[in-house]
Amino acid sequence: MSYFSDIYKGIKTLLTGMSVTGKYFLTSRKGAITQQYPDNRDTLKMFDRFRGEVIMPHDEENRHRCTGCQKCEIACPNGTIEIIWDRGIDEETGKKKKKIDQFVYHLSMCTMCGLCIDVCPTDAIEWGQNFENSVYDRTALTRVLNKPGSKLMPGVED
Amino acid sequence: MIRALSITKGIHDWLFSIMSENAAHLVEMILIALVYLAIFAIAGLFLVLIERRVAAWFQLRIGPNRVGFQGLLQTMADALKLLSKELTGTEKADKFLYNLAPYFVIITALMALAVIPFTQDFHAFDINIGILFLIAISSIGVIGILLGGWSSNNKFALIGAMRSGVQTISYELSIGLSLLTMILITGTLQLSEIVEVQKNGWLIVQGHIPAIIAFMIYMIAGTAETNRAPFDMAEAESELGAGFHTEYSGMKFAYFFLAEFINMFIIAAIATTVFFGAWLSPFGITESIPLLGVFWFLAKAMVLVFLMMWFRWTFPRLRVDQLLTLEWKYLLPLNLMNIVIMALIVWQNLTIQF
Amino acid sequence: METNFKSEEYFINMGPQHPATHGVLRLLLTIDGEIIKKVEPDLGYIHRSIEKMCERDSYQQIVHLTDRMDYLSSNINNEAVCLTVENALEIEVPNRVKVIRTIIGELTRISSHCLWWGVMGMDVGALTTYFYGFRDRELINDIFEETCGARLTMNYNVPGGLMFDIHPNFIKRVKDFIIHFKTKLPEYDRLLTNNVIFHKRTKGVGILTKEDAISFGASGPVGRASGYSCDVRKHHPYSALDKVTFNEALKTEGDTFARYEVRIQEMWESMSIIEQLIDNIPEGEHRVATNAVIKLPKGEFYQRVETARGELGVYIISTGTKNPYRLKFRSPGFSNLSLLNHIAVGGKIGDLVATMATLDLVIPDIDR
Repeated sequence: MSYFSDIYKGIKTLLTGMSVTGKYFLTSRKGAITQQYPDNRDTLKMFDRFRGEVIMPHDEENRHRCTGCQKCEIACPNGTIEIIWDRGIDEETGKKKKKIDQFVYHLSMCTMCGLCIDVCPTDAIEWGQNFENSVYDRTALTRVLNKPGSKLMPGVED
Repeated sequence: MIRALSITKGIHDWLFSIMSENAAHLVEMILIALVYLAIFAIAGLFLVLIERRVAAWFQLRIGPNRVGFQGLLQTMADALKLLSKELTGTEKADKFLYNLAPYFVIITALMALAVIPFTQDFHAFDINIGILFLIAISSIGVIGILLGGWSSNNKFALIGAMRSGVQTISYELSIGLSLLTMILITGTLQLSEIVEVQKNGWLIVQGHIPAIIAFMIYMIAGTAETNRAPFDMAEAESELGAGFHTEYSGMKFAYFFLAEFINMFIIAAIATTVFFGAWLSPFGITESIPLLGVFWFLAKAMVLVFLMMWFRWTFPRLRVDQLLTLEWKYLLPLNLMNIVIMALIVWQNLTIQF
Repeated sequence: METNFKSEEYFINMGPQHPATHGVLRLLLTIDGEIIKKVEPDLGYIHRSIEKMCERDSYQQIVHLTDRMDYLSSNINNEAVCLTVENALEIEVPNRVKVIRTIIGELTRISSHCLWWGVMGMDVGALTTYFYGFRDRELINDIFEETCGARLTMNYNVPGGLMFDIHPNFIKRVKDFIIHFKTKLPEYDRLLTNNVIFHKRTKGVGILTKEDAISFGASGPVGRASGYSCDVRKHHPYSALDKVTFNEALKTEGDTFARYEVRIQEMWESMSIIEQLIDNIPEGEHRVATNAVIKLPKGEFYQRVETARGELGVYIISTGTKNPYRLKFRSPGFSNLSLLNHIAVGGKIGDLVATMATLDLVIPDIDR
């Protein structure tokens, strides 16, 4: 007789399993978790802290906050950041000061670890939320983060 | 009143009037073959799309809905892609058998389609041993799988083909016996006669308890016949590549693939005919509207196909020895007991007639 | 790889690319019909010399490499290295940091087990479980994305604390997740755990006795399913784990089904740990300032943590400079893989797949 009770119990567990998937089938219209990506670009909003790529914000007068201290270059584990700098004469004090010529950022090598942003003493770089970075030509992934003709914001070194 | 018979009779008479007898017969046969090929192709395309969308809804996704309205042209696009693929072959494969294997499965699927009654008189081949013909045809399909596995000269394919062969011939026994249980009520093997008997109530209602048990056994055995989950050890994707059709690509792979879906439809169609009264409407409400039988038949068959898809996407896979244990130790004894019960019921006139 | 096998045996290669081996693992199987005679794993396809790279990186930079070892429990790996460095420098982190590290570690454990459950179902053939597991994992990924900024390789722990403080929405999201997930775990049971086909596939398959578990060095759920009590969180507690009460999930049968049940039980336990901690996160600093260039004192330091796979050990030999002299990871997957030959012999190929699914191997963890 345990033959029949085994069969009965087995069929009962199979039917409970089917009821779980059946329930999802019936609520499939609004329960689908697919995001129809290229169509929903307008409403897609990434979180603030999302690590898309490293950017250097500039204010309205095209000034950035990078003093060229090279702490980010030292902190980066694999040489993603290269700073090309120069010593120039500062206008106000007349002393020799470092200023950056180009802040080269190799997006193709970046592991998004965030150590560069962590050690920057002047908050010059921060995370941007753009994740659509695919290009046809690999040299387009080597970016220069400071815009041409931009200068250092005064009062940052304090 | 337009019955299917009057359309075909009209074409028949017209053909005979314009050419000689032999030529007219030949043209008729070619026309019928083309109609069935068209049904085969369209049903195959439609079923593949339905499978993908239903699977997606079970899995909290939306299925293909970009190509064409709601994805209707998706399978056409896939078929075109498969057509353009290179027909590869392994170098030590047995060329003749390798090319022959897909045709076995296609031909058996088409032959089985020919005897199914879609509606009154929409019958290509109404012979008086209909059910026997169907069971015999499904046995020939095994050859295609075994040939495909053997001639690929690939260890994985061979293992898959052997497993599939052993599974198919075991479960044919259950299918045959469960259909036999229903023949006890009808007393005839001819498919159109079986539908006539069901005008007094569908067979699953006429033979209450043993008919329901026979239906359940038939669905389980039918799913196993077509190598679908939970019995798809032969083509277990997460175990050994793709089983017996690993080495096929392009159109030949499309044949195997389509044949699997058409087999699923055939199993559902046979169940509809024998258990659920083919093209008859429930309680006979729309008997007077001709040609509506096709709609009822397709609706019932689609419900059963949906049931088979539900099985596939819910249950884990059975191991090969557990498959065979299920058949020989559980389904076969139950089937035999069921036949005895059904025979008792028919003998004592305990069937429910309307 | 010896070639003296009998000629009626089949030699099959479950190659590096295979849907059932979770990652790039090559298994050389010698089978006789359907019975397996020998299994030999062949590793090294994803070796990236992480330990060598750690010899040239500073201690803050090592942390981001451990993310990529066992990428499913990346937060716990980060925590291991940070704890080693902090113990060596004898820094005491604030209570707030300890509690947040524990909560995030337990969330990572739940997320890893969700993915494991989905893949387990897929390996034995129930193809919808994958999506249900991933749906719940997405909620945890959203929590992490809002706080840490990344979904898989978080790099949120630094030696000395956390990189930045938690987001204000963190507590509410975690509470919502717990409420949602408590309704989902019984559903997982209804779909897979109680299924008669699943029982037939996994009960009595791949049995590992307790003596074998201890001698092979199995840890984590693999060891606990054989009755070997090896939970690092109980025996050597770290962070805030000595302040919470939870049960260790132990079973004695040692077969595949026991390993499955242990992991499901662990998910319940993790949820209860989070519930005990989430409401009273102490106030305080989120970071203790360390030197910009960290130099460990001379000596050897070891720290062990419990990742989702088992016991991970970090061993640092330092000669007083700013890079470690040698850094070694004792990875749980390596010891768990070594017992595959012992428990799979004599079974069938279907059993091998089910057993490997419950061993829960992540190959980058083994190959580093």
